[in-house]
Amino acid sequence: MAIKYDATIATEIINQFEAAPEMLVQLLHAFVQRYGYICEEAIRQIAAELNLSRADVHGVVSFYHDFRTTPPGEHIVKICQAESCQAMGSRDLTAHAEKKLGVDLPGTTSDGKVSLEPVYCLGNCACSPAVMIDQKVYGRVSNAKLDDLLAQYGDGQ
Amino acid sequence: MIQAVTVYVPRETAAVSLGAHDVAGKLSALDNVNVVRNGSRGMSWLEPLVEVVVDGRRIAYGPVAVEDIDGLLAAGFLEGGEHDLKVGPVEDIPYFRNQERWTFRRCGLIDPLSVDDYRAHGGFAGLAKALAEGPAHVREQVNMSGLRGRGGAGFPTGIKWQTVADAKGEQKYIACNADEGDSGTFSDRILMESDPLTLIEGMIIAGFAVGADKGYIYLRSEYPLTHRVLGKALTAARESGWLGENIQGTEFSFDIDVHLGAGSYVCGEETAMLESLEGKAGLIRYKPPLPAIEGLFGKPTVVNNVVTLGSVPDIIALGGDAYANLGVGRSKGTLAFQLAGNIKRGGLVEKAFGLTLRELIEDFGGGTASGRDIRAVQIGGPLGAYFAEQHLDTPLDYEAFAKVGGMIGHGGVVVFDDTVDMAEQARFAMEFCAIESCGKCTPCRIGSVRGVEVIDRILANEDRENNLNLLNELCDTMIDGSLCAMGGMTPFPVRSAVKYFPEDFKR
Repeated sequence: MAIKYDATIATEIINQFEAAPEMLVQLLHAFVQRYGYICEEAIRQIAAELNLSRADVHGVVSFYHDFRTTPPGEHIVKICQAESCQAMGSRDLTAHAEKKLGVDLPGTTSDGKVSLEPVYCLGNCACSPAVMIDQKVYGRVSNAKLDDLLAQYGDGQ
Repeated sequence: MIQAVTVYVPRETAAVSLGAHDVAGKLSALDNVNVVRNGSRGMSWLEPLVEVVVDGRRIAYGPVAVEDIDGLLAAGFLEGGEHDLKVGPVEDIPYFRNQERWTFRRCGLIDPLSVDDYRAHGGFAGLAKALAEGPAHVREQVNMSGLRGRGGAGFPTGIKWQTVADAKGEQKYIACNADEGDSGTFSDRILMESDPLTLIEGMIIAGFAVGADKGYIYLRSEYPLTHRVLGKALTAARESGWLGENIQGTEFSFDIDVHLGAGSYVCGEETAMLESLEGKAGLIRYKPPLPAIEGLFGKPTVVNNVVTLGSVPDIIALGGDAYANLGVGRSKGTLAFQLAGNIKRGGLVEKAFGLTLRELIEDFGGGTASGRDIRAVQIGGPLGAYFAEQHLDTPLDYEAFAKVGGMIGHGGVVVFDDTVDMAEQARFAMEFCAIESCGKCTPCRIGSVRGVEVIDRILANEDRENNLNLLNELCDTMIDGSLCAMGGMTPFPVRSAVKYFPEDFKR
């Protein structure tokens, strides 16, 4: 669930990285971990405290797939779209997930439960197709297995 | 009192992705069982591969699901009893027995987080020898070994290290590229999860050899389990005096930090990785200057892949010539091939260079998972060429593959059966480049977008001949005009698909 942005805590996070510009990528990870995404306020505050321009920070945020600027769903389901998983039916699996969840990749369900996202390789290529839900990787995910997983996570884990 | 039975259950992404944690949890609850979380042997198709120690031998069962455990217990698997899932002694499994393990020899064998276990199996022998013999000796042995960069480019490691050692400057760095982004590759991950101290030892030796006191591991964020294992392994190394200030009481100090990537493929390119390590967007840098001269924060930097660095400890311990005796021609030593995609027995195969693609896919891999015919094989990741049946007898070494227009890269082998649509794969190569291009150079940034459009027109049968010519010219432009391999090699999968599978572009 999204946590309300708090400037004092944001400063604490920034200070954990000694407000060092070379730690910006690591620092943004810490923000995503806490808030789920990088909001406009965060960009302003990080820029000010690292003595960077907002454009600098925005440039880094927008470059990396991991740094989203909108709140994610309660659970993030990433389906690998790369070659090894394609060879084992990830295109069909993706279509199945889109239909099941009623969203296009990438997208978040209207109830805010699930964000469906692409990922390019989870390094589980000997057990394709691979899916990552939040931070857990699953292998050899069939349509039925994905349905089971979605049901598990839907039960409010 | 009954002696507890030792059972190994991997804590490795592939095994965990198929339920290893549940298996370990259920076995741990038994009062006569001592569960050790090892890494992976690399036989991913058997994961979770559970090993039971019976009379000093490790008997394998796999793939074991949590639901199988009651049945296994009833069959007496704690005493090595017969069961459908019994594979037998690990070292007798042909897939494993027929490998030549060098870098990965401890993977799955030891507890990855135990310094004692690591040392009991030859760990830190290389570093101890390095500290005794001096930096020049280390560089000489690495040079003699013929080791080349295993990240994909195949650059001689000894030359790179000598360049950094010779470069002026007080501050130098070791930057380990653990941004293993190629689809079909997972050898870095398996090494880091199964034997992380090997990488740590290799980095310390590299630092000692070139005069660096600081190392970074740039790890992709898609590997959260690896991240946790590395963090614990670094702590274990520090606590035992093998990492940090005055290593083993010598004058030499070296420490390592782990930095996470953030989902960008191009950050696997060494200069983009350096930018990312400096906290910036991963835009690639012009070369020269080489990172060995002006790398991280402008200082001389060794940038090496995980497997490259992980191969070093035994090169020092056993001698560069021992490594050079493996392999063929200028491809010395071993490569960890990774069998992926539509393959029956997917996993990691470490072999000396020189076996053929067919031996790898058919003898080790057992053909396709679907049981259908093999139609295409992509080697070397998303920037690698697609090959067809007629190439399967090509020996796997850097030069032989360059001759047929391919590259071994990081050793990933992705198999497709006869249901694959190669035009779709060619389109995806361009699309992936469009998504992942850093945007610095035009041929890559714009060329890839135009590439997708041209392929769409070919598939829509719009002026096909001219558009095929246009695609060919576009490929030339990308190859000649791009700043790095992202745009410069995306044409390889595209062109090979058109060349070897032309029928898929005519419909």
